[in-house]
Amino acid sequence: MSSTIENAPKIYGGGPSIEAPRSKRSPRSTKTNFELYSWLFMRLSGILLVVLVLGHLIIQLVIDGGVSRIGFAFVAGRWASPFWQTWDLIMLWLAELHGVNGLRTIINDYAERDQSRFWLKTLLYASALIVLFTGTLVIFTFDPNIGQ
Amino acid sequence: MPAGTLYRGREGMWSWVAHRVTGVLIFFFLFAHVLDTALVRVSPEAYDQTIDIYKNPVVNIMEYGLVGAILFHALNGLRIIAVDFWEKGPRYQKQMFWAVCGTWVVLMLGSFYWVLEHTLRQIFGS
Repeated sequence: MSSTIENAPKIYGGGPSIEAPRSKRSPRSTKTNFELYSWLFMRLSGILLVVLVLGHLIIQLVIDGGVSRIGFAFVAGRWASPFWQTWDLIMLWLAELHGVNGLRTIINDYAERDQSRFWLKTLLYASALIVLFTGTLVIFTFDPNIGQ
Repeated sequence: MPAGTLYRGREGMWSWVAHRVTGVLIFFFLFAHVLDTALVRVSPEAYDQTIDIYKNPVVNIMEYGLVGAILFHALNGLRIIAVDFWEKGPRYQKQMFWAVCGTWVVLMLGSFYWVLEHTLRQIFGS
């Protein structure tokens, strides 16, 4: 039926694409295993994030008064412990990289023009650098006596 | 099958849609949350004033929504891992989707009071 072919989604260049069955492999797709590692990373970081983020939610929002007791003193108390500093640092990096990789996939799926892909990804990676740099700096340089 | 789409709806497609939507929501919250936490480097007052926003009843209800988004993304993420790595995963993906929904409802009901306690006390007194 010719109408099926006319209605087929248009494939735009730039992002990862699926080749027709039994077509000759393009050399480009075999260069690196980046997409495989990114797929594996989403699953491994996902399992760790289930524990880290749900633990974080229980501490911040559920037990012992939840959000009522959060303030500077509460943060100072928790970051006095290297255990919670490490927890938050690992959670920050895994969550941001997991989120950036997810957004990268979404941009590849929906931004059809090469220009839009480029600028959306530039914005995405810039925001990731800001979040990772600021977050890491704050965890490592936190000063409980800053107000005095 | 409707024209112009590759997808046929049902559990597989809608779990995928919900996973994307909740993922994007959580990503934008994380951006704001790292920046609000960074205010501990400015001054205790600046941090406490900003965290007071989280204690506003409307924002508190949005936190409950955030908990809902995170719980769905976490539970459905475990389902995706099961579909990919468990040999019977693809066969049971629909059953696992409804298990995700059931667990989500139970956890949302269970956390309702605790997450919204601050607001409930403000509205109904002590």
